[in-house]
Amino acid sequence: MEKWYLMTAVVLLGLTVRWTVSLNSYSGAGKPPMFGDYEAQRHWQEITFNLPIKQWYFNSSDNNLQYWGLDYPPLTAYHSLLCAYVAQFINPDWIALHSSRGYESQAHKLFMRATVLIADLLIYIPAVVLHCCCLKEISTKKKIANALCILLYPGLILIDYGHFQIMYNSVSLGLALWGVLGVSCDWDLLGSLAFCLAVNYKQMELYHSLPFFCFLLGKCFKKGLKGKGFVLFVKLAGTVVASFTLCWLPFFTERAQALQVLRRLFPVDRGLFEDKVANIWCSVSVFLKIKDILPHHVQIIVSFCLTLLSLLPACVKLTLQPSPKGFRFTLVSCALSFFLFSFQVHEKSILLVSLPVCLVLSEIPFMSTWFLLVSTFSMLPLLLKDDLLMPSVVTTMAFFIACATSFSIFEKTSEEELRLKSFSVSVRKHLPRFTFLPRIIQHLFIISVITMVLLTLMTVTLDPPQKLPDLFSVLPSP
Amino acid sequence: MRIKWVECAALSVMAALSVMTGGGSWFLALALGVTLLKCLLIPTYHSTDFEVHRNWLAITHSLPISQWYYEATSEWTLDYPPFFAWFEYALSHVAKYFDQEMLNVHNLNYSSSRTLLFQRFSVIFTDALFVYAVHECCKCVDGKKACKELTEKPKFILSVLLLWNFGLLIVDHIHFQYNGFLFGLMLLSIARLFQKRHMEGAFLFAVLLHFKHIYLYVAPAYGIYLLRSYCFTANKPDGSIRWNSFSFVRLISLGLTVFLVSALSLGPFLALNQLPQVFSRLFPFKRGLCHAYWAPNFWAVYNALDKVLSVIGLNDKWFGSAVPTHSPSLGDSLGHPHLHPDCHIGPRGFLRCLILCALSSFMFGWHVHEKAILLAILPMSLLSVGKAGDASIFLILSTTGHYSLFPLLFTAPELPIKILLMLLFTIYSISSLKTLFRKEKPLFNWMETFYLLGLGPLEVFCEFVFPFTSWKLKYPFIPLLLTSVYCAVGITYAWFKLYVSVFTDPPVGKTKKQ
Repeated sequence: MEKWYLMTAVVLLGLTVRWTVSLNSYSGAGKPPMFGDYEAQRHWQEITFNLPIKQWYFNSSDNNLQYWGLDYPPLTAYHSLLCAYVAQFINPDWIALHSSRGYESQAHKLFMRATVLIADLLIYIPAVVLHCCCLKEISTKKKIANALCILLYPGLILIDYGHFQIMYNSVSLGLALWGVLGVSCDWDLLGSLAFCLAVNYKQMELYHSLPFFCFLLGKCFKKGLKGKGFVLFVKLAGTVVASFTLCWLPFFTERAQALQVLRRLFPVDRGLFEDKVANIWCSVSVFLKIKDILPHHVQIIVSFCLTLLSLLPACVKLTLQPSPKGFRFTLVSCALSFFLFSFQVHEKSILLVSLPVCLVLSEIPFMSTWFLLVSTFSMLPLLLKDDLLMPSVVTTMAFFIACATSFSIFEKTSEEELRLKSFSVSVRKHLPRFTFLPRIIQHLFIISVITMVLLTLMTVTLDPPQKLPDLFSVLPSP
Repeated sequence: MRIKWVECAALSVMAALSVMTGGGSWFLALALGVTLLKCLLIPTYHSTDFEVHRNWLAITHSLPISQWYYEATSEWTLDYPPFFAWFEYALSHVAKYFDQEMLNVHNLNYSSSRTLLFQRFSVIFTDALFVYAVHECCKCVDGKKACKELTEKPKFILSVLLLWNFGLLIVDHIHFQYNGFLFGLMLLSIARLFQKRHMEGAFLFAVLLHFKHIYLYVAPAYGIYLLRSYCFTANKPDGSIRWNSFSFVRLISLGLTVFLVSALSLGPFLALNQLPQVFSRLFPFKRGLCHAYWAPNFWAVYNALDKVLSVIGLNDKWFGSAVPTHSPSLGDSLGHPHLHPDCHIGPRGFLRCLILCALSSFMFGWHVHEKAILLAILPMSLLSVGKAGDASIFLILSTTGHYSLFPLLFTAPELPIKILLMLLFTIYSISSLKTLFRKEKPLFNWMETFYLLGLGPLEVFCEFVFPFTSWKLKYPFIPLLLTSVYCAVGITYAWFKLYVSVFTDPPVGKTKKQ
């Protein structure tokens, strides 16, 4: 493409921002005995390198599951093993069994950060670049601006490089993105392979699985159930089965193995939510203590039903009218439903919603930018725990400036741009004067930004009143 | 808590500005973007220059003026002119709200997190002058090439080349110095001369000299240009001097300006009879021909040859440390060989001579620091968006000059930053200038391309291969030597090409009246 140098500049800038954020502290730095996610990651390298595969997911004297036991699918474990081999080459002390617990040094920190950066560079960033290059009907400049905005999305940068989330979110999100790309460009088999790998890397990618299923099913229907459609269906099923088998091969030898892994991946005994999460259950529980009212199994059923109900319309539409654009929007709505209503959702799961929103950035820039800003803000309590105020504010502002200048978002708030035309037309049937929707939305946006800024300031400068110690953690959530 | 308030205040100002960029002002977006990047660089490595400035804050705050140039508790004594001392004095009044302890002269190497935050923010904040100067310079750039595409406009390219200059980012915001606002003053004075506001330009330059005397290197260019273009008020039709249009009034007013500024600066020390002491601090000739790390200039090549010969055994002793004492004057005389009157026609000619002054002084000067290459690179950016020939010289100069700054950052965490930023700047500058001048002949011939590409393997060797070889213990200076000599070749070549272009290019605008 022309202006390749600008795209290269954008990628280099993204990498620079990532690395400079990583110079800050990480979760659990210097805090024995459990330390934090960083230590979990190091521990998994230790486990996978030193123990045979059969012991990875089981409790044993060598592998204490209470101390950061593996609770992600096998691909994560293989990735940790790969990193462990490199670590062994550089300094075996980093992953020595038992004796390396809580190991912290400058060199080790550099190594861990480097592994994240390399994984990002190999998987996520090329996917983003390719996605932006494949966008249709927009100029080269807008494509590059789009790439800049996506690469500067603060949430992912801060979690992966600041907080040092256990599982290299950029890998799973990158693989999912490759899946989206493949499926949108009619390389269905490769796309579904990539997505299966994503699910095998991090089970939370299942949030995205329903749209994939519906879209591919819709494609099969379109091609005709007898003939090409059926052939495609069989091929896809074969790909999915093959990829799952390949990843889980070592665990299929015994039934107990597979079950144990599943138990680690889906800990249903944990409860409806943990910590402060920006979803419905948490917000409602401020007023109505759901956790105490409903018994455990009812909670599961209620959340399952609500999730399904909110998903259904979009998925049905996608199956009947498959299109890449519809696919992306469905990804957004499904991921959001799962986030809002599902069981045991972690704050970081908002990233699973943010990725599809990034994909629709070029189509409704204003709302997407707003959502992405709010999503970053919702993770603020988590980030403040790790002393990441400065990087989070800086990256958020950079993201905002990038979006504002690239898409001129304040000018694009007409009804058509916001895709709310049909909504406002139907409202106007009842309220003829309802013409000021754009202005309402602009004002709401400004109010929400001011609120976010104020809340940030307050969290940082004031101490919460005695009665409500979690006030500042809870307020960002709704 | 106070820290957080200040942080929040600074960031809220930037937030407000960023909301304004929603209106689509690309310049503001570029400026804010680079400022945010500078904020992200706060926790990086900083050199001893950090302690230098902390010490100066302490000296100017705690001691009376009579002691400023005598104080020697710390090894980093005050060796900049008085205006910079007053600048540190002003900063110290803000510093006391961050951390009172940093202002204690005896707190050597004190670097609490608040101190760090204050110092870094002060550099970022004073860069506002640099941003303003860049804005003014963009006005002086010829916008004749009709480009609708924003990224291909000379103004846009110039803004990026100046605001996002790799050397300035590395030296100011990682290594730690206050070059931003100083270069802002210089660029502003150049812009004023372009805009024919000569008195302002002269005033700004005089002020600059009293902030940092390194700018003396380019003073002759100013002197001669102002004499030629301001004091001689008219030209003959063919462009040469009309001797009888000399204006004494203008000469006197220029002289008065310079005199008043100097009086303001040095006056108090003259009254205290401390001028000799001040000058001995400002011009320490005892230090030696080359700095601790060899700037990639002529003397570096000389030293390298000498060292090689001594190692081989052809020399009895290494002359590098015993250079003849007449070399300061040698440096100066080689540094200012451009009294050719033709080269001063128009501000563009002046700029060319300024750069030549700066480069020549870098090449042959006494105790030159490698950061001085920025003195040539930044003004050259202004010329690079004008002509293809200048663009080519600029690219060679800036790429090798920036690469020569690499040894300043030798810590592991900063390695990816310097490589990524270098790649960013180099790729952008080469590609954007190539796109701007795509209708003319290619910017580089095969030799130049080869040379520039050679920087890659050189870096790989010096940083990744050499530390694991057995030579590291025996000859630890080899990476520095290689870097220095390789860059010296490039910089010398650029200097030579610039020299040739000054004398062979046709004078501009012969029929235009001043």
